[in-house]
Amino acid sequence: MKNQRIRFERDRTVWIASGKVELGQGINTALAQIAAEELDVAFERVRILPPSTAYSPEEGYTSGSMSIQEGGKGLREACVQVRGMLLVHAAELLGAPIGELTVEDGTIQAKNGGSVTYWECAAEANEAPPAGAGVKPSGPRKIVGKNAPRIDLPAKVAGKPAYVQDMTLPGMLFARIVRPARPFSRLESLPVEKLEGASLVRDGSFVGVLAEKEELAIAAAAKLRSQAVWEQSPVPEDFHAWLRKNVTERSVLKEIKGAPGEGKSLKASYSKPFIAHASIGPSCAIARLQEGKLEVWTHSQGIWGLRHELSLVLRLPVEKITVTHAEGAGCYGHNGADDVALDAALLARAAPGRPVKLQWMREDEFAWEPYGPAMAIDLEARLDRAGNIVSWRHELWSNGHTNRPGRSPKPALVAGRHLEKPFEHAPAIDPALPPEGAGRNAIPLYEFPDLQVVKNYVRETPRRASSLRALGAYGNVFAIESFMDELAQAAGADPIEFRLRHLKDPRAIAVLKTLQPGWSSWKKIENQGHGIGFARYKNIGAYCAVLAEVEAGEVLRVKRLALAADVGLAINPDGVANQLEGGAIQATSWTLKEEGRVGAVSWEDYPILRFSEVPAVEVQIIQNDLPSLGAGEAAQGPTAAAIANALHDALGVRVRDLPLTPEHIVKAMG
Amino acid sequence: MTELEVNGHRRSVSAAPDTPLLYVLRNDLGLVGSRFGCGTGQCGACFVIVEDKAVPSCDTPLWSVSGKKIVTVEGLAKGSELHPVQQALLDEQAAQCGFCISGIAIAAVALLQNNSRPSESEVRTALDRNLCRCGAHNRVVRAVLSAAKKIQR
Repeated sequence: MKNQRIRFERDRTVWIASGKVELGQGINTALAQIAAEELDVAFERVRILPPSTAYSPEEGYTSGSMSIQEGGKGLREACVQVRGMLLVHAAELLGAPIGELTVEDGTIQAKNGGSVTYWECAAEANEAPPAGAGVKPSGPRKIVGKNAPRIDLPAKVAGKPAYVQDMTLPGMLFARIVRPARPFSRLESLPVEKLEGASLVRDGSFVGVLAEKEELAIAAAAKLRSQAVWEQSPVPEDFHAWLRKNVTERSVLKEIKGAPGEGKSLKASYSKPFIAHASIGPSCAIARLQEGKLEVWTHSQGIWGLRHELSLVLRLPVEKITVTHAEGAGCYGHNGADDVALDAALLARAAPGRPVKLQWMREDEFAWEPYGPAMAIDLEARLDRAGNIVSWRHELWSNGHTNRPGRSPKPALVAGRHLEKPFEHAPAIDPALPPEGAGRNAIPLYEFPDLQVVKNYVRETPRRASSLRALGAYGNVFAIESFMDELAQAAGADPIEFRLRHLKDPRAIAVLKTLQPGWSSWKKIENQGHGIGFARYKNIGAYCAVLAEVEAGEVLRVKRLALAADVGLAINPDGVANQLEGGAIQATSWTLKEEGRVGAVSWEDYPILRFSEVPAVEVQIIQNDLPSLGAGEAAQGPTAAAIANALHDALGVRVRDLPLTPEHIVKAMG
Repeated sequence: MTELEVNGHRRSVSAAPDTPLLYVLRNDLGLVGSRFGCGTGQCGACFVIVEDKAVPSCDTPLWSVSGKKIVTVEGLAKGSELHPVQQALLDEQAAQCGFCISGIAIAAVALLQNNSRPSESEVRTALDRNLCRCGAHNRVVRAVLSAAKKIQR
C-alpha cells in the first residue's frame, strides 16, 4: 500500500508518520487516539514515528496550539483514505460488498463469514477507494474523547533513554559552546591555551570545543569562557521606556468608529517583562557531517524551518540535509533548540564523519535562548451612566514575537551573526491577524461600540526575543482583564456580571458562568482576595476563564485556581486538563516571580515557582462535539489577570507591572 | 580506578576523581535516567540516592562517593515491577515532558524511606529542591501521597 503516513508492520502494529512533534504536551498520545479511532485498531497497536524531513508529511511548526487542529485533521483524512483502500481490497478478497464489511481491531469481517486483517491485506491494497468508502459508520466514539494514558511516560518514569540528551551514536564526540552571559558584538580576544583533552573550534566570534569525554569538553569551555574578552552590546536599563522611544512602525489592528459618548473616562498603563522558557533540560542537539551530507537530531518545533536555516548558514542544499526530531525537555515556544542545532552543525564541520553532541549549559540557555518579549500597554475606556463601556482604546509597544528559523531569507539563529563572515540577522516579526504576535488578543472579545487597537512594532531587539507560550496574549489579556476589573469597580458592578454585559458569544458566556457559583460563595478574609480573568485564545481558539484565590502576606501567595474551559471536542480530556493545569501553574510562576534580566545565568538569578508555592488547581472542561481547539496556551493570560485582580481584592492595590513581586506591589502602593 | 556500588552492582570506573558523578553515570555506565539540568545542584533533575539521601549527582565529585552505595532511577524498580512511587506517577499521569520526573522519583523515594507517612505539606517541602517547568506539581504530590499509602499496606 502506498501511503507515506500509515504503515502496517508484521507484529500487528500500526506506525504513523506525523509532521507534528512531541514537546511534552502529549500530542503523540492524542494522535495515536485519533488513528486508533479512525482505523478501528486497538490504541496499544499504534506507534508514532519521530518526525523527520526524510519521511514525514510537511506540517510546518508545532506551535500556536494548532497540532490537534492541523495535525489531527490531516491524520484523520489519511486514516479515512487508508481504511478505504483496505476495505476495497478486502471486499475483493472476501467476495463481499464494502457495505457489508465491519472492522474490529484491524480485522475486517464480512457477513458471509470470511475475514482478513489489515496486516494481511495492506501490501496489496493499492486501489484508490470510492469517495466515502473509508469513512467510519457513525456511532459512539470508543477512543477519542476518552482519557488515554500518555504513551511516552512509562519509559520516562523508568529512567530509560527518552530525549536527544540521552542519545549515543557510535564514535560520538561531546561538544560545548563558548559564549558570554550578555549580548556581544564580537570576540575581542581568546587566549591561546593548551586545552586538556579537547580541541578548539573557532569561526570568527563563534567558539566551541570538542572532546572525547564530556567532562573534558565542559572544563575546556569553562576555561576559555573565563579568559575570553568580548565586546559587549549595550542593553537598555528600562526596556519599557526604551520600547516607547524606538518604534519602527505603528499600525491600527482594529478600529470601530462609534459615537465618542460621554461619561467617566479611565486610563492605565501595564507592562510585562522578558520571560524565559526556562525548560528544565537545557537545549541539546546531535549533528553529523558525512560525505557532504548533514544529519541533525533536534528537539526543534519545526524541523523543516531548521533545515532551511542550516542550508542557509552552512551553504548546503536542503536535499543534503536530514533533520529528525528527538524529544527534549518541555517546550513552551521557540527556545534554544534550533540555535543549539545550528551550533552543533557548525562544530560538526570540524570533525567530519563523527557525530557531535552539543549540550548547552544552564548559563548558555539563560543567556541565549530567545525570551518572550517585554511589552508596554496603555488602555483607555469610557463608561456611560448605566455603567457600560462605550469607548475602548488599546495601544501596545513590543518587539516582534517570532524569530523562528526558516521564515526569512536571512538566518534568525544566534551563531549566524558571530561567524567570520557574519550573516545579517532576520528581525523578530509578528504573524498577520489572526493570530498576530504582539497583538495577539489585543482586540478584546468584548463588544464595544467605539474601539481602537494600535500596535507599535519595535524592530531592534537588544536581547533575543521570539515566541513564548501565548505570545502577546499573556500581556494583552493581563492588561485587558485587569482593566475590566478597574472599570467594573468604577461602574460599581460585579466583575463577572460586568464582563457578561459586554459579551455576546454564548460559549464565552457559558465558560464565565461556570465559575459564577464558586465566585459568589467565596467569603472575604483579611489579606485574602479572589479575582477573575477570561479570554478566548487568539479570539478563535479555546475559551478559558480563571478564578484565583490569593493571600497577601510578605509575598503574594496563590492558594487556589479554578479554571473553566471550552476546547471543543477534547480528544483526550485528561490530556487537556493536564495542559490547562500546567499552563495555569506556569503562568502563576511568570506572574508572581519571573523577570528576565540580562546577565541571568542560573536558577538563583531566575527563580521559578516551587512545589510548596504551587496553588491547588481545579479544571472544569465544558465538553461538546464542536471542532477541537488547542488547550496549551489558553490559561496564560486569564491566570495573570485573575491573580492581579485577586491581589487588588485582598489589599486594594492595583499592580499593573508584572511580575507581582513585593517590590512591584510596594511601588504600586505609592 | 574508583570503585562504586551502583544499583546493587559493584562498578569500577576510570574517570578522573573530580568528574561529576552525573557524567560517570550517563556516559561511562550508560545510566541516562539521571538528567543534566543545571550542573550546580539547583534543579534536582540529576538526583540519585547516596546512602539514603537524595543528592545532585551533577555536583557530586566521583571521589566523594568512592565505595558508597548509589541508587539511580534505573535501580528503583524490582525487575519489571516499578517502584510504587514510579507506578503512582504513572497512575496519576504526573508529568508532561517528564524531564524532571526521574529526579523527582528519587527525591520522593528518599523522602518515604525517612518518613513513611508524610503530610501533603511535608511532600511539597521535600520536593522543593526539584524544579518542574510544565506544572505537573499537584499530580506529583498526589502520586507521592498515594505511593506512601500503598507502601504502608
